[in-house]
Amino acid sequence: MNDMTPTREQREAALEGMGCKRKRVEDIRFTQGKGNYVDDLKLPGMLFGDFVRSPYAHAKVTRIDASEALKLPGVIAVLTAEDLKGVNLAWMPTLAGDVQMVLADGKVLYQNQEVAFVVAENRYIADDAIQLVEVEYEELPVLVDPFKSMDADAPVLRPDLDGKTEGAHGPRKHHNHIFTWEVGDKDETSRAFAEADVTIKEMISYHRTHPSPLETCQCVASMDKVNGELTVWGTFQAPHVIRTVASLLSTIPEHKIHVIAPDIGGGFGNKVGAYPGYICSIVASIVTGVPIKWVEDRMENLSTTSFARDYHMTAQIAAKNDGTVTGLKVHVLADHGGFDACADPSKWPAGFFNIVTGSYDFPAAHLEVDGVYTNKAPGGVAYRCSFRVTEAAYCIERAMDILAQKLSMDPADLRIKNFVKPEQFPYQSALGWEYDSGDYHTAMHKAMDTIGYRELRAEQKAKQEAFRRGETREIMGIGVSFFTEIVGAGPSKNCDILGVAMFDSAEIRVHPTGSVISRMGTKSQGQGHETTWAQIIATEIGIPAADIMVEEGNTDTAPYGLGTYGSRSTPVAGAAIALAARKIRNKAQMIAAHMLEVSEYDLDWDIDGFQVKGNPQARKSMKEIAWAAYHAPPPGMEPGLEAVSYYDPPNMTYPFGAYFCVMDIDVDTGVAKTRRFYALDDCGTRINPMIIEGQVHGGLTEAFAIAMGQEIRYDEIGNVMGASFMDFFIPTAVETPHWETDHTVTPSPHHPIGAKGVGESPNVGGVPAFSNAVNDAFQFLGSTHIQMPHDAWRIWQAAKDLGAHG
Amino acid sequence: MSDIEQIPVTMTVNGKKVQRFVEPRTLLIHFLREDLNLTGPHIGCETSHCGACTVEMNGMSVKSCTLFAVQANDAELTTIEGMANADGTLSALQEGFRQMHGLQCGFCTPGMITRAHTLLQENPNPTEDEIRMGISGNLCRCTGYQNIVKAIQYAAAKLNGTDFQEAAE
Amino acid sequence: MIPGEFTYHRPSSVAEAVAILANHGDEARPLSGGHSLIPMMKLRMAAPEHLVDLGGIPTLKGISEDGDTISIGAMTTQHDLIDSGLLSAKLPIIAETSRLIADPQIRYVGTLGGNVANGDPGNDMPALMQCLDASYVLTGPDGERQVAARAFYEAAYFTALAPEEILTSVRIPVPAAGHGYAYEKLKRKVGDYATAAAAIVLTMNGGTVGTCSVALTNVADTPLFASEAGQILTGSTLDAETVKRAVAAAEAITQPASDGRGPAEYRTKMAGIMVERALARAAERARS
Ligand SMILES: Cc1cc2nc3c(=O)[nH]c(=O)nc-3n(C[C@H](O)[C@H](O)[C@H](O)COP(=O)(O)OP(=O)(O)OC[C@H]3O[C@@H](n4cnc5c(N)ncnc54)[C@H](O)[C@@H]3O)c2cc1C
Ligand code: FES
Ligand code: FES
Repeated sequence: MNDMTPTREQREAALEGMGCKRKRVEDIRFTQGKGNYVDDLKLPGMLFGDFVRSPYAHAKVTRIDASEALKLPGVIAVLTAEDLKGVNLAWMPTLAGDVQMVLADGKVLYQNQEVAFVVAENRYIADDAIQLVEVEYEELPVLVDPFKSMDADAPVLRPDLDGKTEGAHGPRKHHNHIFTWEVGDKDETSRAFAEADVTIKEMISYHRTHPSPLETCQCVASMDKVNGELTVWGTFQAPHVIRTVASLLSTIPEHKIHVIAPDIGGGFGNKVGAYPGYICSIVASIVTGVPIKWVEDRMENLSTTSFARDYHMTAQIAAKNDGTVTGLKVHVLADHGGFDACADPSKWPAGFFNIVTGSYDFPAAHLEVDGVYTNKAPGGVAYRCSFRVTEAAYCIERAMDILAQKLSMDPADLRIKNFVKPEQFPYQSALGWEYDSGDYHTAMHKAMDTIGYRELRAEQKAKQEAFRRGETREIMGIGVSFFTEIVGAGPSKNCDILGVAMFDSAEIRVHPTGSVISRMGTKSQGQGHETTWAQIIATEIGIPAADIMVEEGNTDTAPYGLGTYGSRSTPVAGAAIALAARKIRNKAQMIAAHMLEVSEYDLDWDIDGFQVKGNPQARKSMKEIAWAAYHAPPPGMEPGLEAVSYYDPPNMTYPFGAYFCVMDIDVDTGVAKTRRFYALDDCGTRINPMIIEGQVHGGLTEAFAIAMGQEIRYDEIGNVMGASFMDFFIPTAVETPHWETDHTVTPSPHHPIGAKGVGESPNVGGVPAFSNAVNDAFQFLGSTHIQMPHDAWRIWQAAKDLGAHG
Repeated sequence: MSDIEQIPVTMTVNGKKVQRFVEPRTLLIHFLREDLNLTGPHIGCETSHCGACTVEMNGMSVKSCTLFAVQANDAELTTIEGMANADGTLSALQEGFRQMHGLQCGFCTPGMITRAHTLLQENPNPTEDEIRMGISGNLCRCTGYQNIVKAIQYAAAKLNGTDFQEAAE
Repeated sequence: MIPGEFTYHRPSSVAEAVAILANHGDEARPLSGGHSLIPMMKLRMAAPEHLVDLGGIPTLKGISEDGDTISIGAMTTQHDLIDSGLLSAKLPIIAETSRLIADPQIRYVGTLGGNVANGDPGNDMPALMQCLDASYVLTGPDGERQVAARAFYEAAYFTALAPEEILTSVRIPVPAAGHGYAYEKLKRKVGDYATAAAAIVLTMNGGTVGTCSVALTNVADTPLFASEAGQILTGSTLDAETVKRAVAAAEAITQPASDGRGPAEYRTKMAGIMVERALARAAERARS
C-alpha cells in the first residue's frame, strides 16, 4: 500500500455512518432562515381562512348571521356546519373511533370550538370579518370535573350518541361514558392484595397539558378543479395518513391527492391528528377554486388543537414486608373532552398504558380505564410520548415512592429489589407485554454512583434536621425515576390507523456515480432524519452519508408510511432503512463477485466495498459496484441498484433509563430550584450521539415544564385559563436546569440494527423524577403525595397544609 | 378595502433600501414576511413571548410581531437573511449553532441567532449566565437551550480569535 | 390576533401630539413602545381609531439632573435606564427594577412613560415611582401639571391622566447618598409579571432606620404605597418584631386577584415575603 491509500479508520470516518456525531444537513438552511415552513408558502390568488369560535363551553347555537361579515370588502365566504353538510363533512371520524364536529352543528362542547370559517383576501380582513359574524348561543350547564361526568344528573354532552349503548371500544354505561378497558387478571391480583403484608393506595393525577410546538398547526389547501386534484401542504407528522383520511372523507381518489409536509417547526404529538382547520381549508378551496391558507394562532393552538394527559390514576400496590411487590391495581379516569379524538393508533383506547408495571417484576396486575366526556377541548395526543406511556410511567414511579415511604425503605433500593432481572429477558409482563431486552441493575448502579446518591441522602438528612431546628427555610428533595418505555408502534397485530397497519417504509436508489437518494414514510419535525437516516445507509452500504440525500413528507414520491411520533421512526422506519440497504448490499455482492470473477460466497464486506476472502487487495468499492450496476451488470441480472422495504416490526422496543433530580425548595415562597439533573438513557444502538443528546435535553426541558407548572386549566364554567405563553409555562434559558446525560447500551435483539428510539424517554422518565423530587422533599413533614403541577403556589400550599409555615 | 390611508415607509433591510405603502396596522413581521418575502423571521406566539420574530432594528433586538411597520420607518433592519458573511459563508454564530447542535426543528433559530448577534455586539465575552439572560426573550421548544448556549460561546470564541473549550460535563 | 384599523399620526413635537389628542378625544391613544398597547389591540381589547406615535418627538427622550431632582423623559426605554451612568450612581434601584421587567427585546422598546401611564397593576415602574415619591409631568392643551405617583393611580387602567394629555417626563427626587434599596420580584419565569413585588428605599443612621418607603406591585388593582409599613420601620432597628409588624401592615393593604400566579391568599403572603427580603437587602446595602 502506498501512503495515499486511506487507512481503514479513514475510510470508516469518511462514511460518517452510525455512531458518529455527524453535523446536521438540515442546519445549513435553518441557520440562514431558508427553511421552508407552511406559512412561508405563497400561491397566486391564495385566500386566508380563520375561525369564529365559541366563547361558551357548553351551549346551543341557535343562529349564525354572517351577513354583516359578508358585506365587508375582501370577504369571500363564511362557511357553517350547514354548508359542510352539503358535502357530508359537518362531522369527521376521529382516530379513536368517535366522530367530531368540524363546525358547530347545533351546539358547542368546549370553549373556542370552531363555529364558522371565514374566508377572506388576507388575514387582516379575515380577523375583521370574525368580529362581524353574529352568533346566538343558549347556554347549557357545563361539565368540567371528570369525576362528575357519570353522575346521574350530569348534563348530556353528546345528544348525537343518544341511545348508543355500544361505543367503538365496547359497552357504554352512562351518557357521558366513552369506554371501559380492562387488562390483566383481576382474581389473581385480588388474591395478591388479600395476602399482602403491606398495601398502598393513592389517586395520582396527571394534569391536562399541551405539546405546543413553536410552530402552530397550519395548512394550505389547493384544489385544481380542472384536473380534479387536491394538494395540501401542512404541518403533518403523518402525511400519508392525512392523504388517506382526506381521500376517504372527500371521495377524491387517493392518487389525485398530494399531501406535502414541508419543514415542520416541532410536533411533539400536536401534528398527528386531523383538525377542523384542515377540513375547512380543503372544503373552502373546493368551493372557491383557489388555494386557502389556514394558520392557527397560539391561543387557538393551546385551547383547541389537541391536549395531552388528563389522566386520574388510582394506584394500589401489594407488597411483602421485605419490599417485594406482589400485585398492582390501577384504575384510570380518563378525561377526553368533548369528543374522543385521541391520536392513538394502538388497538386499545388507552394506548400502551398497560406498560404501567414499569421496570418491576409484578407477578399479578390488573388495570381498568374509564374514558369520559367533559366540556373541554378534544384531543388526548401523545405529547412526546408513546400513547399514554408517560402517564403510566408517572403512575408507577410515584406509586413506588409511596410504597418505599410506607416500608421506610430507600426508594432506589426498593426499585432495585423489584427490577426485572437481566436473565428474565425477554420478559413477559403481567399486563401482556414482552420486554425485549434490558439491564436495569447496571444502569441504576451506574447512575447512583455517578450522582453520589448515598452522599446526597446524607446531605438531605442533615438539611432536614437543620430545618427542624429552624436554621434554614430550605428543604431538599431527591427524585428517583427508573422508567421502561414501550415504543415503535407498531406490530400490525397491535396497531393500526383507521385500519392501515403501522409498518413503515424506505426506498433507496443508488445512482451510477454512487450517490444516493432515499425516501421514507416518516416525517422529521426537528429530529434530524435527513442526517441520521443517511448515517444508517452509509454504514450499511458503504457510501458516504454526504452523498446520500434523504427526502420525506411528499406523498407523491415517498413510500407509504405512518409518520413520525411515539418514538416510532427509529424502531420502525430505521429498520426498514437498514433492510432496504441490505437488499442493495446483497445485490452489490453479486455484482462484485461478477466483477472480481469469484463466487459471491468468497467475498467479505469491508466498510465501503467487498473484498476477496484472504486477498484484501482484490476489492471493489461500492462506488465501482454502483457504476457496474448500470454499466455492465452480470448477465441475466436486472440493471440498476435500488430497493424498497416495508417493515412490520415483530415486537415493540423497550428503552429504559435511570433519572435523578436534586432539588432545593424555598418553603416560604414555594420556589423550587433544580440543583442537578442526571439522565442515563439506554436506547440500544446509538445512531448519532449528538442528536440523541439533543433529544434528551429537549425532552427533559419539556418534562421540567410539565412537572413544574405547564397546565391547561379550566375554571368552573369551562373557560380555558391562560392559553398563551404568558401563563402556559414554557421555560426560558434562565429557568431551564443544566442537564447531565449518560448512557448504557443494551441493543434490541429483534431490531436489525439494535436501536430502540429515544425521543420520548426524557419526557416519560423526566416528569416522575421532578415530581418525585418535590414529593421527596416534603416526606419528612408527613406528606405522601402532592399533585402536579408543582408550580410555586401549589408547593407553597402543600407546605402550608403540612404546617411548615409555623 | 377600507378608507384608511396607506402610508409610505422606507427602510434599509439587510443593507438594501426598500420603499412600500402599507396599511398603518400592518405588523412589522407581516411586512417582512409577506411584502418583502423575508420568511426567515417566524411567528410563534404573536404575544411577544417567544422571540421567533426577532429582528435587529437600529442595533436593538426587537420582536417584530409587536411593532407596526410604520414604527420602523427610516430604520436599519437586519433579519436572519442578512446574517451570513459577505462571501455567503456561514457566520460564526450560524456555524456555532450547527457545530454545537443548537437547533432541532429550526423554527426558533432565526430569532435566536439574530438575538445572539446583537448580544455579542454588546457583550463580546458573555458568561453563561449572561447568555442565558440575553436569550431569555427567545423560547425554544426543542433543544433545552444547553447547546444554544454552547453555540453562542463557540461563536464568541471564534469572533475573539480564541479557542472554544467545551466545558466538561 | 390582528389589530383593528386606525389612522396613524407621527407628530414631531409635544404640542402637535397634544393637539391631535385633543382633536380626537377618547378615540385617540398615544403610542410609545407599544409593548402594552399593541398586544391589547391584537386582542381587540383596545381599538383606538387614532394612534399618536410619540417616537418622532426627540424632546421626550433622555435623563438629566436638575439639582435634587432627576428628570427622565417619557420615551426613555428600559434599556436606556439600565445603561445610564447617572442612574446607576444616583438611583441604582431603577436599573435593578428594569432588569426584572420582561426580557431583553421588550426592554429595548418599552418606555418608562408607557410603563407608568399604562395603569396596569402588573407594571413594575409605578410602585417603584411611588416608593421614590416621583411626580409625573402631564402636558395637555392648557399646559403642564404635575401629579405625584402616589396620587396618580385610581383603578386598573384608570389614572389621573386626561385623554388629551401626554405624560412627558418623570421627576424623581434624588435619595440621600448611601441610601439602601432593593426591588424584590417573585415571578414564574422571565417575561412574567409579578406574583408580588416590593420596592424599598431606606436610609440608616447607625443601626436605626432614618427614612423608609415601601411600595408593592401587582397585589391590588393599582400599585400600592405602603405608608404604614414605612412608618413602622422608620426609627426602628429592624428588629424581628418590628419587621413582622411592618410586613403585616403591608399585607393588610393588598387585595390581589386570584390567577395563574396563585390564589389571593398566596399573593398576599408573597407580598409580605418580598417586603421582608427587600428590607434585608436594602438594609445591607445602606451606608450609615
Ligand atoms: C411579554 C411581555 C412581558 C412584560 N413584562 C413586564 C413586566 O414584567 N413588568 C412591567 O412593568 N412591564 C412588562 N411588560 C410591559 C412593558 O414593559 C411595556 O413596554 C410597558 O408597560 C409599556 O411601555 P410602552 O412604551 O411599550 O407603552 P405603550 O404600549 O406604547 O403604551 C401603554 C399605554 O400607555 C399609554 N401611553 C404610552 N405612553 C404614554 C405617554 N407618554 N403619555 C400618555 N400615555 C401614554 C398608551 O396609550 C397605552 O395606553 C411586558 C410586556 C410584554 C409584551
Ligand atoms: S411571534 Fe413575536 S414574540 Fe412570538
Ligand atoms: S429548534 Fe425547535 S423551537 Fe428551537
